[in-house]
Amino acid sequence: MHSFGYRANALLTFALTILAFMCAIASFSDNFSNQTPSAQIQILNINWFQEEPHGNDEVSLTLNITADLQSLFTWNTKQVFAFVAAEYKTSKNSLNQVSLWDAIIPEKEHAKFWIQISNKYPFIDKGHNLRGKDFNLTLHWHVMPKTGKMLADKIVMSGYRLPDAYR
Amino acid sequence: MGLIGEKIDSIKSIQIRQLLTQAISLGMIVTSALIIWKALMCVTGSESPVVVVLSESMEPGFKRDPIRAGEIVVFNIVGRDIPIVHRVIKVHERENTGEVDVLTKGDKNLDDDRLLYAKGQLWLHRHHIMGRAVGFLPYVGWVTIIMTEKPIIKYILIGALGLLVIKSKD
Repeated sequence: MHSFGYRANALLTFALTILAFMCAIASFSDNFSNQTPSAQIQILNINWFQEEPHGNDEVSLTLNITADLQSLFTWNTKQVFAFVAAEYKTSKNSLNQVSLWDAIIPEKEHAKFWIQISNKYPFIDKGHNLRGKDFNLTLHWHVMPKTGKMLADKIVMSGYRLPDAYR
Repeated sequence: MGLIGEKIDSIKSIQIRQLLTQAISLGMIVTSALIIWKALMCVTGSESPVVVVLSESMEPGFKRDPIRAGEIVVFNIVGRDIPIVHRVIKVHERENTGEVDVLTKGDKNLDDDRLLYAKGQLWLHRHHIMGRAVGFLPYVGWVTIIMTEKPIIKYILIGALGLLVIKSKD
């Protein structure tokens, strides 16, 4: 009962249990942070709009993205993954989500930014449905904790529309 | 003569009983591990309840839960034996059937995962996807990674466990 083996075993079990408990409360503490992120996206220009080699519609945009995600960072945050997706509906597909741009934000200081770029990933439809299409631009963020549950949310900005003809 | 015979018999029966007890205890430990694994499979509804590539835990299988952009999913590619854990960047969900075309990409990679998919495969479908990541436990995965890369450690561990069980009954 008092051999080295038993004592080592008891100590290890206790240590692991405490560690698991600490991870759980660290994760739980994230629920109490007050999060007030904000963002704005402007489409500055439609660079071109045509059919790509496989026959699907493709459009290239220049976007102006302003965001302040600093309030998402807590002491238990490892990084925030933010991305902008174009979301729209077509006659065949009830939901289409195409990621146009993303960034890994490693620290709170980098979480307030203004960026002007053309879309990082190609905006390609499955078909020819993009002419005159109304779509939303949604800024999503996924917070990766140092330990525990990941949390994700988004801001939906609507009112964007693609031109009626290729150009 | 009779006395010695009796003594031998009694010693043999004790040894046999001890041996049987130890064998059963060992068997119990192995089967409890199996039970926990299968129970996890049931609870999570997934074939691989614990994936260690990124030390991330998985959520109940989402036969009912739609797949959305931004989620981190675990998927299998035909011809590869290790599942991949990457983020969804494109989703095209069909109206009536709920079938979905999904494209994934590792956050830090420059290219999307089409290079990793099977030849001619452009999209992932529901049946490729085994689960979704919901949380993060740092360093826990190293145990399994070490055991996979140096299998001798696996055997040493099991041997040591076995020895402990046998010793404790003495």
